[in-house]
Amino acid sequence: MGSLRTPLAKVRGLGSAKEGTDHFWKQRLTAVANIFLVGFLIVLLIRFAGADHATVKHALAKPQNAIALLVLVLSGVIHMRLGMQTIIEDYVHSEGRKVVALMLNSFFAILIGITCVFAVLKLSFGA
Amino acid sequence: MAQTKRAAERPLSPHLGIYRMQITMLMSIVHRITGGALYVGTLLLAAWLIAAAMGERQFALVNQLFGHPLGKFVLLGYTWAVLHHMLGGMRHLLWDTGRALQPRSADMLAWLTILGSLALTAAVWVVGLSLRGGL
Ligand code: HEM
Repeated sequence: MGSLRTPLAKVRGLGSAKEGTDHFWKQRLTAVANIFLVGFLIVLLIRFAGADHATVKHALAKPQNAIALLVLVLSGVIHMRLGMQTIIEDYVHSEGRKVVALMLNSFFAILIGITCVFAVLKLSFGA
Repeated sequence: MAQTKRAAERPLSPHLGIYRMQITMLMSIVHRITGGALYVGTLLLAAWLIAAAMGERQFALVNQLFGHPLGKFVLLGYTWAVLHHMLGGMRHLLWDTGRALQPRSADMLAWLTILGSLALTAAVWVVGLSLRGGL
């Protein structure tokens, strides 16, 4: 039997969700970035976990540390939001509950992201 | 009807329950669990950063929580989760290029993921603890 897909749909290659490989690609892009960023996070935590306020403030005031943290947070929350979306789509089958779960997932990721970015900027700009 | 009888004899695809547990299967599950744990674990990073931004008193409180034996245990778990997920993720990236998909190499990578994550976690904590002179 011939394909029922129209030639246009094949050329666009976006699939039924109309997103094509967008989800997959962003998950991979952020995964690669996360390898470096998690390395940075671990070095940061080894050096500053348990350190006093003045020391941490001083460390985060350095642009290179603040910038790395901002990139880490951005890549991290995009990655974790996409990852949790996959998990929700796998396990939550009722349409209503799925939509609510996906919304909460986005809210959580954005809230965490904004909170971290705000904190880093405030510290970095001299709180 | 003959038709129905034939349908009943068709082999079924094996259901989850009859699979023998395999290391690749276990590591796939663990990758998902660590991903979910890290999702919740970002709260730790957010708490640390926002407390630092709020002031000395709030930061001291978070430091105290993280410094408590239970807090340390959670941080140890977080370290392992992120390292295991990182190695598992690198395995995925390798697979994405079409490499290492044969049963033997997949098994080997799965073992590398679990053993590597345990070794790296131990290394991170030994270095961290020795830098600040003990627990
Ligand atoms: C350290 C670097 C990291 C790498 C290399 C990485 C890599 C990956 C990859 C390749 C996937 C897709 C797996 C698949 O297609 O089945 C994935 C899934 C996921 N990741 Fe990460 N990741 C990293 C860090 C993180 C962090 C920091 C978080 C959370 C804050 C996170 C949360 C998740 C979640 C929730 C999933 C979905 C799990 C699933 O579908 O089973 N990852 N990760």
